[in-house]
Amino acid sequence: MARRRLDLTFPPRQATKPVAYHLVKDFDLTPNILRAQIQPGQQGRMLVEVTGKRESIDAAVEFLAREGISVAPAAADIVLDTDACVVCGLCTAVCKPGALTLEEGTAALRFDKDKCVYCEACVVCCPRRAVSLTF
Amino acid sequence: MAKSWEEINARIAAGEAVVVTSEEFAEIAADSGLKSAAKRVDVVTTGTFGPMCSSGAFLNFGHSDPPIKMGEITLNDVPASGGLAAVDTYLGATEPSKTKGIEYGGAHVIEDLLAGKAVRLKATGPGTDCYPRTEIDTWVTLDDLNQAYLFNPRNAYQNYAVAVNSSDRALYTYLGTLLPHFGNATYCSAGALSPLLNDPTYRTIGVGSRCFVAGAPGFVAWQGTQHNPNQARDEHGVPVAPSGTLAVIADLKEASREFFSAATFTKYGVSAFVGIGVPIPVLDEEIAVTLALTDADIHATVFDYGVQRRSRPALGRVTYAELRSGTIEVEGRKVPTGPISSLPKARRIAAVLKEWISERGWTLSQPLMPLPQPGTQSTKPLEIRTEEAI
Repeated sequence: MARRRLDLTFPPRQATKPVAYHLVKDFDLTPNILRAQIQPGQQGRMLVEVTGKRESIDAAVEFLAREGISVAPAAADIVLDTDACVVCGLCTAVCKPGALTLEEGTAALRFDKDKCVYCEACVVCCPRRAVSLTF
Repeated sequence: MAKSWEEINARIAAGEAVVVTSEEFAEIAADSGLKSAAKRVDVVTTGTFGPMCSSGAFLNFGHSDPPIKMGEITLNDVPASGGLAAVDTYLGATEPSKTKGIEYGGAHVIEDLLAGKAVRLKATGPGTDCYPRTEIDTWVTLDDLNQAYLFNPRNAYQNYAVAVNSSDRALYTYLGTLLPHFGNATYCSAGALSPLLNDPTYRTIGVGSRCFVAGAPGFVAWQGTQHNPNQARDEHGVPVAPSGTLAVIADLKEASREFFSAATFTKYGVSAFVGIGVPIPVLDEEIAVTLALTDADIHATVFDYGVQRRSRPALGRVTYAELRSGTIEVEGRKVPTGPISSLPKARRIAAVLKEWISERGWTLSQPLMPLPQPGTQSTKPLEIRTEEAI
């Protein structure tokens, strides 16, 4: 079993396509939608984590591309403004999946994108307003 | 073998002083013993960088022509005090903007001034024979001001609470977002690097002590507000809960954005991260004992912020080493932790202070007056009374 995070961009005419249905029915994948911004007639975006057979994921990506949906590996949507950040570490206190951590010893801030579920708890709590979500 | 302030200052002036940070001192003491460390090292530097709400700046704008006696004053829409002389003001760090609320406050104005930005000054006045102008709308930079100095009534808290939340909803506090059902614990101290935890009974830190304030050389001006030396202490005399505090003063024009950073705590308000560092002379083995303490030796008390009263229930003590490990145990539960005081910045402050002393001959000043000592005073509560009850 493989797991991959995909960043889907829907052109306006495709924004209402039932993508999750096809991922499940046609490719036997388990989609976990982490974030979505879809409105009829507008360009949409969906950040989805899919679990399934590696070949099925590859086939699903090809299918999505044929449908006119552009697929990119999930980008670093959480952006840290390092000039503004004072490395207080408060964001690590609200990061339930453990994506934001302080390195042992140096107390430097580390961000593990793979663990992030884009809940935005860090965005809300950062006293320096140094964390933003670009999607 | 005791050393005097004069001996230590003479060594600093001659460029011969051995100056180390508090973390380095603990290592030296562990390696070569306390006696040898106390003999070899002359000065230990400390540092802390956390949100310190009781901070702000006195500013003097100079006089316009015709002049104005400023009453209502705003800087970038943030109200500043009009209760001083005509063109003097005090801008408090936590004051929210009239238009942006807590997303921009007094601390942000100070940070913008430090960044060299022009700030919009608006004021109204009554119009008097000597100050006929009634309104002013102009822009000022830090360079334009005659005087600008930080005067922070309460900084460098000696130890602080560890906050948890037993309630069933998230709480938005000055200690950050506290997740329900003991979902997290936040803490705010530089621990073993913290100035007053290294000199727990205020032997060397007092009124007149030279110190590092937001990147500028400054002084301890007075005891800080809510200075409470009567807190519970451990066997080394180190308080285990919020205790002593310092009021500090320094030239804002010499301060730096690196060590003064505005903060907004969601659904709470504005604050300012302030960097404070105080050098401590290694006078004798007695002070060396507390200088050598590490995060594993210093305790903080866990308080339940889910109980919204002045006295919150204490749920035990943990060490700063446990807090920094990422998880503490509170009443049998494993609770993930997160700091609010920046350890990398605290280390940087201790390192900068070390450089000032060892390379620039920055000497120490003996206190002109001691801070109130343990056994002398406690923090008094505010009781709600009616006029008849007085």
